[in-house]
Amino acid sequence: MGVGIEVGQLSAWFGRTQALFGVSLNAAANHATAIIGPSGCGKSTFIRCLNRMHETNLEARVEGQVRIGGQEIYGSGTNPVELRRRVGMVFQKANPFPTMSIYDNVAAGLKLNGVRNRRRLDEVVERSLRSAALWDEVKDSLKKKSGASLSGGQQQRLCIARALAVEPEVLLMDEPASALDPIATAKIEDLIFELKQRYTVVIVTHNMQQAARVAEFTAFFLMGRLIEFDQTQKIFTNPSDKQTEDYITGRFG
Amino acid sequence: MPNSASAYGSDYVRWRRRLTDHAATAAAALTTILVLAPLLAIFGYLIYRGAGTLSWAFLTRTPAPVGEVGGGMANAIVGSGTILAIACALGVPLGVGSGIYLAEYGRNRLGNLIRFTADVLNGVPSIVVGIAVYALIVLRQKHFSAFSGGVALGIMLIPTVTRATEEMLLMVPHSIREAALGLGVPEWRTTLSITLRTALPGVITAVMLGFGRIAGETAPLLFTAFGNQFWNLRPDQPTAALPLQIFAYAISPYDEWHRQAWAGALVLILLIVGTVAAVRLIAARGTVKGAA
Amino acid sequence: MSPHLVVPGNPARPGPRREETAAPSRPRGAPTKPRGLSAGQLADRLFRYAMLACGLSVIAIVVLIVFELFQGSRLAINEFGLKFFIGTDWDPVSGEFGALPFLYGTVVSSLLALVLAVPLALGVAVFVTEICPRPLRAAVSFASELLAAIPSVIYGLWAIFVLVPLLRQDVEPWLQSHLGWSGLFEGPPYGIGMLAAGVILAIMIVPIISSITREVMVAVPRQQREAALALGATRWEMIRMSVLRNARAGIVGAIILGLGRALGETMAVTMVIGNRPEIAKSLLAPGYTLASVIANEFSEATGDLYLSALFEIGLALFLVTIVVNALARLLVWSVTRGTPARAHAQ
Repeated sequence: MGVGIEVGQLSAWFGRTQALFGVSLNAAANHATAIIGPSGCGKSTFIRCLNRMHETNLEARVEGQVRIGGQEIYGSGTNPVELRRRVGMVFQKANPFPTMSIYDNVAAGLKLNGVRNRRRLDEVVERSLRSAALWDEVKDSLKKKSGASLSGGQQQRLCIARALAVEPEVLLMDEPASALDPIATAKIEDLIFELKQRYTVVIVTHNMQQAARVAEFTAFFLMGRLIEFDQTQKIFTNPSDKQTEDYITGRFG
Repeated sequence: MPNSASAYGSDYVRWRRRLTDHAATAAAALTTILVLAPLLAIFGYLIYRGAGTLSWAFLTRTPAPVGEVGGGMANAIVGSGTILAIACALGVPLGVGSGIYLAEYGRNRLGNLIRFTADVLNGVPSIVVGIAVYALIVLRQKHFSAFSGGVALGIMLIPTVTRATEEMLLMVPHSIREAALGLGVPEWRTTLSITLRTALPGVITAVMLGFGRIAGETAPLLFTAFGNQFWNLRPDQPTAALPLQIFAYAISPYDEWHRQAWAGALVLILLIVGTVAAVRLIAARGTVKGAA
Repeated sequence: MSPHLVVPGNPARPGPRREETAAPSRPRGAPTKPRGLSAGQLADRLFRYAMLACGLSVIAIVVLIVFELFQGSRLAINEFGLKFFIGTDWDPVSGEFGALPFLYGTVVSSLLALVLAVPLALGVAVFVTEICPRPLRAAVSFASELLAAIPSVIYGLWAIFVLVPLLRQDVEPWLQSHLGWSGLFEGPPYGIGMLAAGVILAIMIVPIISSITREVMVAVPRQQREAALALGATRWEMIRMSVLRNARAGIVGAIILGLGRALGETMAVTMVIGNRPEIAKSLLAPGYTLASVIANEFSEATGDLYLSALFEIGLALFLVTIVVNALARLLVWSVTRGTPARAHAQ
């Protein structure tokens, strides 16, 4: 089951450069929230703050509050390692582990968490691959093919399966389909529709039509600031802010 | 927050993972200390045992007869200088020339063969180079010589210089070459005065690193320069060299010679460390990277 | 920009990062010679040939080395054939030339060095690339460079006067009393011997294994590390899963390169291994390596057969190190190709 995300006055820095300025928004549980905006507006930085990946950058700094399921993730009681199991991430360029088989890729997170039981692993691997709509395509070569030998779209679904295997509550997706062809993209979008029901999805996309298709809520970022956050319908048909309107009508970005 | 994490990894597992992480960090740090310790030990010892014997007399006198105290390694220092000069005279031009060929003309099968051969040469044990040069030169000339020693060391210098020259030249942007050619500068001139000139800092540091490496080599000199207890400035006679002298004294049974070996080693290491440090300084000043 | 004149004698050829263009050689308006070569083109040609000659000289040198090695060993090869390397007795005085003790010594001392060096080198590499705080990094890698720059003879000097007494007085007795059951530590603890050779070799090859390992680890793309972290891995788990696993071919290559270095090491080993052509199970016993016997006995070799036998040992050493090094470079190259990192050993 998904949980809600509450972001309060989130600011982030790379060294001395500030990338986010006091962003506040709530991502509803079991819904998809899209983050749109031109290049460099802070979309990726934003979602990387939600699973504390931002701090793996050099001289990265974060201020503000982020509550996931009511728990403050930047609080002293939170272990980033555990957080990242509960908040999964899929990257722009699919990054399956090339030295591991498909099976091992999906099972990687489980094994890290100490799951050794062969039957349990088999179950979860199958379940995750099914959730990622990849099971039928790879079920015969699970242990024979390496993660990197699949097509781009399949690799990305493999990464999704890998993230789902550890049963997260939130799924963060950083432009997951931007490197894929339209057919593969469509498959991923269909997937998000189903994933919404069980997880909370936050998806960064530069493709406005994609946001319109998959997300109930959309946030428009510009130069590190949240300009507008509302239901997707409203953003795209009747935005409140002029900058939003300029962006979606293609005047820039 | 309903912690579904409790389905995942019991507390024990989580504790174990954290412990492993810390243990791995500690192990890595420990091994680093273990590896750097001999460095400190060696340098410390060199200074401790060598500094006492190191003196102006040591640097300017030739070895004293066995059993007598005093004397120095002046002939070995000068001999090394002679041998290394010959080595550079042979190794640097051939190395730079090969590097130029590989970078500017060598994107073909012959170039690949040369590259491969240079790599092979790089891996040949120095003692083998020594006996090969012995057969090639010493046997034919019927005497040991600084010249043959220089040839052996020069051969070892070539692969380093070749590789580095090629790499540095390739880093020079093509637009610089084109600019010169477009002005009517002939190709050979462009390569030398423009391209090579731009890559020169990098090439020089590579030559210095190679020099530092061959300056300490002993094995190739065992059967070429052979060593000499007396002054010799002629390149066609057996010549003393610092590493050779250190070796001979170290394995001798005389305490006085052991003391001299430490002092000689200190001189040698200062020379080499000086070269490495100079290279680092040049690199740090950012003048290594050819053109921007 | 000068026009692309294709002038006879100066055909288009690929240069660094250049698409196929004809080599521009003269500015428009300059007098062109329809036949023969102008001075400028002649100079270019000569220059190119001169550079080619330099390149060919490298090949010539290697050919000459191989030639001399074969020539020198011809006598011994004809006399002993391959049995040379199975013979266990090396007694030049009575004309016995069996090289097995040297093979044994070289292999055992190098393997011992690897066993000691690999964990240390990997530990240092992991520490420097993943764990070490930034400001320390430069210092540690400078220290590693210094270690690599110390000449073999100085390692040997230090080994004779510091390492060997340490082994003789403290380490070897300890090993004998605690691990004597293994049979590896029998005989009087001289200090000098196989163990000393293995230890000093280990110290010498750690820098090269460590620096190549560092190169291949750095070549692992950031996305791979992030994939592991985002999945909820601890730092060590990330290193194990993403970095070491992805770089493993290169790491094996680094290890083999270290092995190649150890096989050819001469001076330091000669100074501490004891120089006795014997095959013994105990690590405390003296031994002899292929490189050491050449270093010690080459100048004293009386008789053509003796000298030729030593040449044959040199030839064997040459061939072994070539094969080992080639294998190593292949492995390292397979990991670092496609990255701007320098894919070659010092």
